[in-house]
Amino acid sequence: MDSIIQVQAVSKSYWRDSFEIPVLNNVSFEIPAGEYLALMGPSGSGKTTLLNLIAGIDRPDKGQISVAGTNIGSLSESQLAKWRSTHVGFIFQFYNLIPVLTAYENVELPLLLTSLSKKERRQHVEAALTVVGLQDRMQHYPKQLSGGQEQRVAIARAIATDPTILVADEPTGDLDKNSADEILKLLERLNTEFHKTIVMVTHDPRAAEKARVVRHLDKGEFKRS
Amino acid sequence: MKVFKLIFKNALRHKLRTVLTVVGIAIAVMAFGLLRTVVTAWSSGVEASAANRLITRQAISFIFPLPYSYRDQIAKIPGVDKVTYANWFGGTYIDKNQFFARLAVDAETNFDLYPEFLVPADQLTTFKRERNSCIVGSDLAQRYKLKIGDEMQMDGDIYPGTWNFVVRGIYKPRDKSTDATQMFFHWQYVDERMKQDTPGRAGNVGWYVIRISDPARAGIISEQVDALFKNSRAETKTETERAFQQGFVASAGAIITAMNFISFVIIGIILLVVGNTMIMSARERTREYAVLKTLGFSAGHLVGLILGESLFISLLGGGLGLLVTYPFIAGFAAVVPKGFFPVFNIEPITVILAGSSAILVGLLASLFPIQRALGTKIVDGLRHIG
Repeated sequence: MDSIIQVQAVSKSYWRDSFEIPVLNNVSFEIPAGEYLALMGPSGSGKTTLLNLIAGIDRPDKGQISVAGTNIGSLSESQLAKWRSTHVGFIFQFYNLIPVLTAYENVELPLLLTSLSKKERRQHVEAALTVVGLQDRMQHYPKQLSGGQEQRVAIARAIATDPTILVADEPTGDLDKNSADEILKLLERLNTEFHKTIVMVTHDPRAAEKARVVRHLDKGEFKRS
Repeated sequence: MKVFKLIFKNALRHKLRTVLTVVGIAIAVMAFGLLRTVVTAWSSGVEASAANRLITRQAISFIFPLPYSYRDQIAKIPGVDKVTYANWFGGTYIDKNQFFARLAVDAETNFDLYPEFLVPADQLTTFKRERNSCIVGSDLAQRYKLKIGDEMQMDGDIYPGTWNFVVRGIYKPRDKSTDATQMFFHWQYVDERMKQDTPGRAGNVGWYVIRISDPARAGIISEQVDALFKNSRAETKTETERAFQQGFVASAGAIITAMNFISFVIIGIILLVVGNTMIMSARERTREYAVLKTLGFSAGHLVGLILGESLFISLLGGGLGLLVTYPFIAGFAAVVPKGFFPVFNIEPITVILAGSSAILVGLLASLFPIQRALGTKIVDGLRHIG
């Protein structure tokens, strides 16, 4: 199967005052299209940093990352923003919905950056909310929804533009067991039914079990399986 | 869902804070409007001055009179079109709190030199014919409910005794800058009484008003008038009406400068109020801006959101402030002594300045939040706890 994500010799460090803290050290791997990959590892292992680099919201110090044939390191900030809007769907641990917008409006947000008409946007939003089972909660504000429902709205927002990859950072980290199971089932369905490539960072072994591939990071390097 | 809707919803996210900010701006704009209106009212005489009128007064001081005999000599100077004269009468009408200008004028020529006072022709004819008649401004007539034929009794101070006048005309102002609170009556009526009671004070006028055919020659004609009476017992000082009015305003120059300064300090206060609100809002939304950037929203989108919200709040406050400024200034005019400000209107420049200030404040107040939102890396913004 062709690789949709290629990470080649990527290193990344952060600076805290005058101290350099290495986070990723010469990491290389590939993710085939349609994969459901779980990245695991202890805190500070570099898994969220790696996710951010793949999603194009951070840049590596060294190495190269290609997603769907695009070397994202070569893109300018504005090109990268446009690239993210069409190729990446984000699912955050704390949902990160805009509190003053309804579920419908939150899902519509990324579609405002497209050339779709109002009618087409409506179709996309309704389809996405139907996939996550919240078609009857479109006009609800985030504070009127449970944590699990908020995360489902966030997933609907992530898939509304039909992105190339979905990245999820601890998507069940703030949920109770039942809600977490619902979210994991939903992600599994997006992978199997809609063939979405998913990269998920998690601490939760039960979440990782749902992924088809699990890779462990420690001190900025992949552990041998 | 449009970006404007998000701006609107963001602005109303903390309703109390937004309402307090808007009210703060409105009060500041109102105070700005009042101060500017007072400043413009103070100098309204200067603004209303005609370019083709000169004023000749006693060289030592305005309070000393000039001989009536100067009139014919001034009229003969080339370039002088017409000459009239007037005396400040003073006196008390009803009580000492009722202040308005009372002027003894040459009935034949006064209104020829002041076309900004619109007097119906029949009323002017009657006024010229009756020695004890007077013409009052429409605002004055309204204030004291005066109509044609009514009597006005004055207690004189500069010119002692009781003086009775009959209202024979009511003039209307040509424009908003014209004072409609003055009273004019016959100089001859006053002078005749002076001849009887205090002959030494008869035959004097307070100042001459000279209409010239070419305003460009105002300087030369002024010099010619003053040269005519040099080394006489009453030397003259002639200047344009504008310079004459500015002389009055200059006496309150320090106060006007202070008021001008304070009016612009108020703009600074508005800036701090809106700036504070915008900085707090942007700080609270650091994570949301990071999310928007993650979704693909560009720097331009974020600038639009923050600037739009800042402008929305400042324009809402500015608009509200301007709306309440009108009744507030009307109320202020009602409580200051009658006639203190004969012309007290909100000038278009005041509205333009207040509106421009609101826009400028909206722009400036958004600069720091914009810089902060754009400068924060997405990964740092997502970690932000607001």
